[in-house]
Amino acid sequence: MSFSWAKPYEPKHPFMRWLDDRLPLPRIVYHATGPGYPVPRNLNLWWNFGVLAGIFLTIQIITGIVLAMHFYATADGAFNSVNQLIMRDVNAGWLLRYAHMNGASFFFIVVYVHIFRGLFYGSYKAPRELVWMLGLVIYLLMMATAFMGYVLPWGQMSYWGAQVITGFFSAFPLVGEPIRVWLLGGYAPDQAALTRFFSLHYLLPFVIAAVVILHIWALHIPGSGNPTGVDVKEEKDTLPFHPFYTAKDGWFAGAFLTLYAIVTFYAPNYLGHADNYIPANALSTPAHIVPEWYFWPFYAILRSFTADFILPAKLWGVLAMFTSILLLFFLPWLDKSPVRSGSYRPVFKRFFLLLIVDVIVLGYVGGAEINPFNIALGQIAAAYYFLHFLVILPIVSAFETPDPLPNSISESVLHGEAAEAAPAGQGKPRRGSVATAG
Amino acid sequence: MIRVISFVVGVVFAGVLLIAMIGNLSTYFTSPPAPLPAEEFHKEPKPLKLASDGPFGRFDNQQLQRGFQVYSEVCSACHSLKLASFRELKGLGYNEAEIKKIASDWKTEVPSINPDTGEPATRKALPSDTFPAPFPNETAARAANNNALPPDLTLITKAREGGAAYVYSLLTGYQNQPAELLHKFPDAKTPPGLHYNPYFANLNIAMPQPIKGGEVTFADGTPNTLENEARDVAAFLVWAGEPNLGNRHAAGLAVVVFLLFASVLAYLAYRQIWHEAKRVVRATGPLDPENQAKTARAKAKAKIAG
Repeated sequence: MSFSWAKPYEPKHPFMRWLDDRLPLPRIVYHATGPGYPVPRNLNLWWNFGVLAGIFLTIQIITGIVLAMHFYATADGAFNSVNQLIMRDVNAGWLLRYAHMNGASFFFIVVYVHIFRGLFYGSYKAPRELVWMLGLVIYLLMMATAFMGYVLPWGQMSYWGAQVITGFFSAFPLVGEPIRVWLLGGYAPDQAALTRFFSLHYLLPFVIAAVVILHIWALHIPGSGNPTGVDVKEEKDTLPFHPFYTAKDGWFAGAFLTLYAIVTFYAPNYLGHADNYIPANALSTPAHIVPEWYFWPFYAILRSFTADFILPAKLWGVLAMFTSILLLFFLPWLDKSPVRSGSYRPVFKRFFLLLIVDVIVLGYVGGAEINPFNIALGQIAAAYYFLHFLVILPIVSAFETPDPLPNSISESVLHGEAAEAAPAGQGKPRRGSVATAG
Repeated sequence: MIRVISFVVGVVFAGVLLIAMIGNLSTYFTSPPAPLPAEEFHKEPKPLKLASDGPFGRFDNQQLQRGFQVYSEVCSACHSLKLASFRELKGLGYNEAEIKKIASDWKTEVPSINPDTGEPATRKALPSDTFPAPFPNETAARAANNNALPPDLTLITKAREGGAAYVYSLLTGYQNQPAELLHKFPDAKTPPGLHYNPYFANLNIAMPQPIKGGEVTFADGTPNTLENEARDVAAFLVWAGEPNLGNRHAAGLAVVVFLLFASVLAYLAYRQIWHEAKRVVRATGPLDPENQAKTARAKAKAKIAG
């Protein structure tokens, strides 16, 4: 698609030629994930997570469609349809449900790795800004889908999670409360909220699938990035996606799915919360309302704003939480460094490491009990999160001196090419030549 | 422009957080929160080993039957088991005739209607019925239990942190309030109608001690001590919440072994496919260190000097 040396699609079978003249769908697939898509030859294992995300979306849609056949979206029936009908009576229903529950968690694990891969290797930079932004749209849709899916079993955390999250909107003056009531279809989560959440929970994954197509389409215009961040220059910089990356994605997907299977079969409730096995009760608030683990960093940011400074604390928290995600859309213009890959950015690399620690701390605080020390820790971590993206990154990208880049991708993976031209015994392998080998 | 705005936004958020943190910490240091008895005297569940633990765990049917006996003779007086059906007792090793008998002998009958008059009535339970609840509704349950609601037990081991160990610890954890607690918190005396139990979240539970040992006579001759009764009923409740656990563990083993095997094959295929591509880039000449190493190895193998 993107490079002149991409292998052209030449159907051999008469039926495929007939089809290609009328509906060139196989041609599109051939150039998207087949031999017709040249990919930089030096991709490391972090690049496998995009395909893995697609695999988990598929798992979620398949298990979800079958679960929906047995689910009753009524306030009286939802809890029992999940915990009695599906878990006990439907054939392999327990497997479907645990696979779906943990599939959501693993989808988020994969997507978080994918996002941080993009953050480190500058995947958001020109010419891939739209790939990045479409990815963020997918992430936002995932969050909405996951939240609504968590409400469906109608347990205590489902109910109170819905209460808290729709409560965000009531932080906004004047319009907030009417918006909240409009979203829920009532003053508190009830039948109306459950039915609409079920409807949207079924719809949004297909919207995600559509945006995934746009995400991949936009990616295929410039082609995939790579760990050096250097552009593809010639044919020997690339390998055809099939069979090289299908093989690499294949074994890695198998290994990762093994991890998923271990959790699904042996610790299916480890990532969940015990309170969600108690039926929803509007009259009894759980001692600690916490969202699912993948929302903990944002929950920590929300809870860190404890002071009414000009605006009410709750409004600060909600604004900060929305900002913490939305600021990622501006990343291509905040980080102006022409060097894409963090491997060649000595200062950026250190701050990036700090960011990872920071997000893990935020995650811990978001899931932990509220006490003055955890709150203070969360406040420091939340402050660093904003300073990292909004202040440090623009300054670093303006003043940092990057390390020398390799001249080309193939040079970076060659062993001893530099030594080739030097007299015997005097050449040295180039810096970084081993570290970036795919 | 975008960076000026973002700079301002970043500094404002960080500043507000700083103000919040100063306020938060100064409140903490000027007026530290009073300690609560539950923070100091609450205990984590005691360790409990069951046959169903671990990746190869399977239920011990003897133990489950003993636990079921404890449930049906003691717990079921107040606690429902709404999501489980009599027919599922097959998983405990009972045959159909036994299940039929257990169902029809159950002390609470199933709400029904009189077929002649249509008046509300009750009938004997069938294997297809779920366990009938001891109270017709929440109000009745509260009225009979000093305004406390005995929770349904079907999912109790999944609905409490600590699971079976929590149930076991709670059942064996009844004791007198420690003198130390009353000394430190004179106002924290367990109110009348409640019972001190350090494994319960707020230390005072409405349920009176349900088993003390000796309530049931086990058919298999297991001594009916408090420990045994509590352990067996905890094991039974794990089954009640997760009757497919045995299937799950067995299926998981097959899936994990299959996936590992498939991954190894796929990895070998990957090595095979990439071998060519890596060789092409690496075959850059005699001075490539990798090629030199290969040459040296080959020479050593063939015993060629130099």
